[in-house]
Amino acid sequence: MKRYKTIILLILFQFVCILNGFSQEKSIPKSLKVYEKDGIKAKSFTFEGIESYLNQKNDTLYVINFWATWCVPCVKELPHFEKLNQKYKNGKFKMILVSLDFPKMIESRVIPFIKQKKLKAEVIVLNDPDANSWIEKVAKEWSGAIPATVIYRNDTRKFYEQSFTEQELETEIQSFIN
Amino acid sequence: MKKFKIAFFVLTIGVITAFTTLNPSGYEIGSIATDFSLKNVDNKKVSLKDFEDAKGFIVIFTCNHCPYAVAYEDRIIELDKKYKKLGYPVIAINPNNPEKQKDDSFDKMKVRAKEKGFTFPYLFDDGQKIYPQYGATKTPHVYILQKTEKGNVVQYIGAIDDNHSDASAVKQKYVEEAIDALLKNQEVRIKTTKAIGCSIKA
Repeated sequence: MKRYKTIILLILFQFVCILNGFSQEKSIPKSLKVYEKDGIKAKSFTFEGIESYLNQKNDTLYVINFWATWCVPCVKELPHFEKLNQKYKNGKFKMILVSLDFPKMIESRVIPFIKQKKLKAEVIVLNDPDANSWIEKVAKEWSGAIPATVIYRNDTRKFYEQSFTEQELETEIQSFIN
Repeated sequence: MKKFKIAFFVLTIGVITAFTTLNPSGYEIGSIATDFSLKNVDNKKVSLKDFEDAKGFIVIFTCNHCPYAVAYEDRIIELDKKYKKLGYPVIAINPNNPEKQKDDSFDKMKVRAKEKGFTFPYLFDDGQKIYPQYGATKTPHVYILQKTEKGNVVQYIGAIDDNHSDASAVKQKYVEEAIDALLKNQEVRIKTTKAIGCSIKA
């Protein structure tokens, strides 16, 4: 009897482990910090948190843009991202704007920027200074220059180290939809 | 589960890179770097061949406006102070087109060099002709060159260290480790690294 009990316990244990595994895959790791000002929130993450945003398996089309308030070409292309987010957001579509601003700039620059530009796409902050450890996990070919964008759905993925016009970005989004 | 995910991710990335043409221009480890004649902030032209006693160079593409470049200014000065006397001076080059980034004009380079007390040449890549040959994409972007009979051989490409935001939290000083190895006639252990930086405005 005792042997059976042990086996059943082991099986139950494994089952729990598997369940845990599944739930972990879908959830986003806890944020480092939540910045809040003027009713606008921005969560910051280490790369582990960002990585789960880059590897969701749920039929949603993800557009993930790496930017910073001090990056002139990034700021220039953000209105195109915002406009296309408004256009596609009601479908299976999720846009995430990953700010690489330094932590001390989040409250003084990033949140006022979100407010001023009326950004509706989700802004999260990547705070992980050892960039060499994670740049190639975003895309092997990324040199580290911003702006940079990943578009993916499940296992189909494209990486762009460039600036977009609205037309160029929509063409790329459409190439995933059609 | 995680292992599978990683394997899958690596595979996807592998497939993507296999079908994307990688940037064909720019130097790799072992390439012979071009010399140049660029205007320094003191209005005099500077070339690598002017440094007859140098054993090599720390060529850093950097600029005024980029917060990452600014975060590294003091560390670049320290590198020059430490390694110039050992034969590896810093040569800083601003690759940006001032028409696209007005804070990176030649006049503003002079101001910044004076403010910070740069101990090294701060050169202007007028017409943006040199940085594409090196394959620099962002600021700061470091190339360590070793002077040999064949020419200036690229021995390291990448970041200065592993923490842009806090010099006191740095664990690995990539540039220092590379030069220390070269000075001992050893092979550079970490030859390439990547860092976030501001894209070069041409």
